[in-house]
Amino acid sequence: MNFFKRYKLDSVLLPLIGVGAFLILWLAIAGRVETRKTLDEFGDPVTKTVKTGLSPDLPSPAETWKASKPYLAEPFAKRGELDQGILAFTILSLSLVMQGYLIALAIGTPLGFFLGLSKTFTKAMDPIIQVLRPVSPLAWFPLGLVLFSSVKFIDGGGKTVFGASDAAALFTIAVCSMWPAVMNTAVGVRAVPTDYLNVAKVLKLSRGKTLFKVLLPATLPYMFTGFRLSLGIAWLVIVAVEMLTGRPGVGGFLWQEYNAGSYSRIILCILTIGIVGLVLDRLMSVVESRFKTA
Amino acid sequence: MPFLELNSVSKGYGAEGARSEVLKDINLIVEEGEFVAIVGYSGAGKTTLISMIAGLLQPDAGSVKLRGEAITCPGPDRGIVFQNYSLLPWLTVFENVALAVDQVFPQWSATQRREQVEKYLAMVNLTPAAGKLPRELSGGMRQRVSVARALAMEPKILLLDEPLGALDALTRATLQDEIVRIWEQDRRTVVLITNDVDEGILTADRIIPLSAGPSATLGPSIAVDIPRPRNRKELNSAPAFKRVRKAVLDYLLGTGGRQKTTVSRKLTLPDLLPENLDEPRTLFGAKRVPRRRSEEKFESVELA
Ligand SMILES: Nc1ncnc2c1ncn2[C@@H]1O[C@H](COP(=O)(O)OP(=O)(O)OP(=O)(O)O)[C@@H](O)[C@H]1O
Ligand SMILES: [Mg+2]
Repeated sequence: MNFFKRYKLDSVLLPLIGVGAFLILWLAIAGRVETRKTLDEFGDPVTKTVKTGLSPDLPSPAETWKASKPYLAEPFAKRGELDQGILAFTILSLSLVMQGYLIALAIGTPLGFFLGLSKTFTKAMDPIIQVLRPVSPLAWFPLGLVLFSSVKFIDGGGKTVFGASDAAALFTIAVCSMWPAVMNTAVGVRAVPTDYLNVAKVLKLSRGKTLFKVLLPATLPYMFTGFRLSLGIAWLVIVAVEMLTGRPGVGGFLWQEYNAGSYSRIILCILTIGIVGLVLDRLMSVVESRFKTA
Repeated sequence: MPFLELNSVSKGYGAEGARSEVLKDINLIVEEGEFVAIVGYSGAGKTTLISMIAGLLQPDAGSVKLRGEAITCPGPDRGIVFQNYSLLPWLTVFENVALAVDQVFPQWSATQRREQVEKYLAMVNLTPAAGKLPRELSGGMRQRVSVARALAMEPKILLLDEPLGALDALTRATLQDEIVRIWEQDRRTVVLITNDVDEGILTADRIIPLSAGPSATLGPSIAVDIPRPRNRKELNSAPAFKRVRKAVLDYLLGTGGRQKTTVSRKLTLPDLLPENLDEPRTLFGAKRVPRRRSEEKFESVELA
């Protein structure tokens, strides 16, 4: 341990060892292609490729890399609706996530404020929230389709630009990702020190001013923690939503490649989802730490 | 008509049944322009008392009146310096004071308001720190911002709740002189809460001791007839200083002191029989475990 610390390698070497170990495990269980020469019933020699291994269908790291290369080399290419560069897919998914996420914040933050301010409201809403919170995106999506079945915006050419499934997708992302923002805002409002509120009272700040000059700034750190967690969930939900709708995006691509039997690209999608999620979380924690007061 | 008048005020906390009375039968009259110090034990109810004057709390019984009008809600005519500064941590020093000034003098022009903030920041010697956030300041500086904020509202009465309580003796001395200097500029009414008798004698016209809780009440008002300006160094040997100090301490340590009470209660002694290592170890260990005898005992304790 001391050795690592001395050379400041523990932040570089140890993660590398971890990744290496993971790759070896992957390699170990992945399928290997074997070519077997046999004779068929007529006595002619035939070569047969067989996959062996613990998980014969799991592509090895090398195969994954080979299959992913076209998507990584031209990240913004658009060869077809469901055949685009990986970053093009990421952007499509992100834009949908952002729309749903913004809806979640627009509804969740005020809801959290009301919950934090009013005990009566909390008592009334608590059972509903506790029941709705653990519901999976897979369950919300069909309800969204039902709720927004009449939504249909058509452009000049008669093509639907925003239909029921789009509305249902946004609804699902918003409903699933809203709760951390709601809960953290409510906790933050309840945790505002009485001293700050006393200052507002002594100065006779109006309700609006108390909200914007005292309550909101005092709650911001909590709110941003909630916003960060919400964004994480929104990004989780996107895959489910895209699978259900078959929309172009990372999740839609993943599902299509699964159906097409090219398993290497599933792994590419999983890694992309993970990395994008990590980047989003890091970005949000930078924003979050900016709002840390005192 | 007295300026500030508290008439048989009582206040307690807790719900019906489990209520504990903190203040009982408080009578206080403060004239306009007076500097009154209230000295009391920690936890006696000093903050509770000043919160009622500020209007942040309502008395359970009795009345609190300012110029004959009952105080029902807090307002900027009673500037309060909270015990724990209560600066808003996301605003700079300037903005903290400006928030108060903008709120109290909305009819003024922007320049007038800015000058007001600057004037009071200069008064507490904080002009260089105007752009800093509270967390970048020392405790004494924060306290001075808090004082500047209260003064800048130009309140009719200034309520100081242990403004120097959290500071070291040297800083305390400097800030005490500063408070007196500021007060002498316009001789506004001041109620100073403190736990330091000397601080009260140095600054105030009158000292009123608050007896120890529960059910704390105000003792006799003791006039500090030492001419101003008072000199800290000469003060210690002045006969008037000794007399006032003795009177206050006599009350606080005597009649107003903590009542000795004896409490008798039943105690369950947690004495244990140790683990018996001679017994063979069984799977469930039932025989070896230490045993509790739980003897009961009665005990009377005299509380200081
Ligand atoms: N909001 C509250 N709810 C219940 N009890 C309270 C509350 N505020 C104060 N008390 C109790 O009232 C008593 C007096 O409190 P208070 O803060 O007025 O004391 P204090 O004299 O200002 O003490 P200190 O010198 O430590 O500041 C204490 O016993 C405290 O426990
Ligand atoms: Mg106090």
